[in-house]
Amino acid sequence: MSKLRYALFAGCTPKGSTPELMMATMAVAEKLGIELVELEAASCCGASHLQDFDDFLSVVLNARNLCYAEKEGLDMVTVCNTCQLNVAGANLRLKSDSKLKNSVNEKLAEVGLNYTGSVQVKHFLYAILEDYGLDNLAEQVVKPLREMNIAPFYGCHNIRPTDIAQDSNGGESPYMPTSLDNLIIALGGNSIDYESKNKCCGFHADLQAPHTSHALTGKALLDAKDNNADYMVTPCPLCHLNFDTQQKNAAKAAGREIGLPVLHLPQIIGLALGIEPKKLGLDKHVIDTQLA
Amino acid sequence: MSTTRTLRFRVFRFNAETDYLPAYKIYDLEVDEHELMLDVLDKIKWTKDGSFSYRRSCRHGICGSCAIKVNGKSIIACKDNVFELADLFETDELIIEPSRTERAVKDLIVDKKDFWSKYDAVKPYLVAEIDEHPVKENLVTPEDAELINEADQCIQCGVCYYACPAVEVNPDFIGPAALAKAARFTTDVRDDAKLDRLEIVNELGKGIWDCVKCYECATACPKGVDPIGKITTLHNQTFEEDMAEDNVATRHAVGFKHAIARHGLLDETEIVRYSEGTFGMVKHIGVGLDMMRAGKVVMPWNMHNSKNLDEVKKLIKSSSTTTFKGK
Repeated sequence: MSKLRYALFAGCTPKGSTPELMMATMAVAEKLGIELVELEAASCCGASHLQDFDDFLSVVLNARNLCYAEKEGLDMVTVCNTCQLNVAGANLRLKSDSKLKNSVNEKLAEVGLNYTGSVQVKHFLYAILEDYGLDNLAEQVVKPLREMNIAPFYGCHNIRPTDIAQDSNGGESPYMPTSLDNLIIALGGNSIDYESKNKCCGFHADLQAPHTSHALTGKALLDAKDNNADYMVTPCPLCHLNFDTQQKNAAKAAGREIGLPVLHLPQIIGLALGIEPKKLGLDKHVIDTQLA
Repeated sequence: MSTTRTLRFRVFRFNAETDYLPAYKIYDLEVDEHELMLDVLDKIKWTKDGSFSYRRSCRHGICGSCAIKVNGKSIIACKDNVFELADLFETDELIIEPSRTERAVKDLIVDKKDFWSKYDAVKPYLVAEIDEHPVKENLVTPEDAELINEADQCIQCGVCYYACPAVEVNPDFIGPAALAKAARFTTDVRDDAKLDRLEIVNELGKGIWDCVKCYECATACPKGVDPIGKITTLHNQTFEEDMAEDNVATRHAVGFKHAIARHGLLDETEIVRYSEGTFGMVKHIGVGLDMMRAGKVVMPWNMHNSKNLDEVKKLIKSSSTTTFKGK
């Protein structure tokens, strides 16, 4: 297999409040020989909120982000479901709407850029699944996740809306997603089946509707816990923020203790590959992972 | 020759007048590859138990009566093929439930009052001074008609509403169907009640700011209405019409523009402060301290900028289409 290379759209949260995700992503990529070229000029994707205020601006900024991947001549990898939604979403809209593309390019010309639509955007999970391959990954496993009951939590924006997921994330089904389950199994773990795995964590209403957000967070965590999960794993740092840093609030809202450690996708891969827990940032969680 | 399969259906049975708890009854049926979920409901009623109750009418995806859930998927029964559902869930056993079990009256029939009262709240009709004896027709251009076309497809089936997780945990949330209907009229060039409607949908705790952005509604809608897209339309119109109140939700949306203009990237502590106001930060102190202890907080003096930030600033200047003064 020739060496996999991608442009990395790191996003703000992995560079901010989930530094462990960035550490784990880089450590896993290095171990697997995947080269991630970080797009240091990329700006925030707008986090599914900017478009509420200014839709056109949000498309222009993401078109600029895409231009930088095009300049590198590399497909783009994201490590956050919401970055994936916004960047891949802008890509899809620009590819299918030439009028929009022209007006966006008029703006980009002012800063010497031009969007052509030549790159694909996929979440790291699907780069591993589709390009690296689960069989190859399973061969690299030195410490299988035996006796670990892991609840996969997919996160909305990797699986919905379906047109973007189809265009970029291998068309994962929003009703029966399997990628994370298969990954957990390939790493030697037990994947837990539970109703909430493709549901919403509530993150995007955290500030505006905290009751809604905490209720949804608690519901998903308790569903995983009640189905005997020892850990939850998610590919999305925003889901992770809700499940980890807001877990106490979610427990309060639910009126029940929770105490479920939540891991990032590359952290479980890293553990199975034998990477030292500290290098995966497992000590940077609010809810003790008991692994660091 | 068509293929048939024997499938098992586990069906929610309940009579609010006589039963304390619902029961799931099992029916094994031979199903044809062309059959829809509605055919299964009919078969159960016609061949297994005549007292089995559900709503149905047109059988053509127009009346919106036959909304149910199958393995948790919110559907109208006359649209989803049975084989396809069994294949989707990789199973020979499908669970048939009402749209919202808590609202069941008899078997699959739910009391849809919550849906309709919220639907009524957005004034789901055209508000306009109509000249009853016009000299000539009031023409709407094809372009203007196109604006409302998608939202106008809504059949009030409630599939999106009962798929919405925010509705499930917040009974006050108007929900995707009513919000899409509001947008159908705020976008109608003939309508005179745009500002009234925007005021209704802007209320915190009830309206557009309580959407969790999960895209369940867009995924579930059998008519391609894209309710969350219409919620975004309402967000945009709120700012365009200067109807946005100065509150945590509007500041949160606007805050991203400020953050990007400043650093290119998001300063996560600052977006909370910007949205909540300095005093509003108090309620986040607990979580903030937990995060600090875990090494998750970037201090303002450590916040770095994205490269070529001047480009971003230039684009923000040239490409902004809305303003927010705050009130």
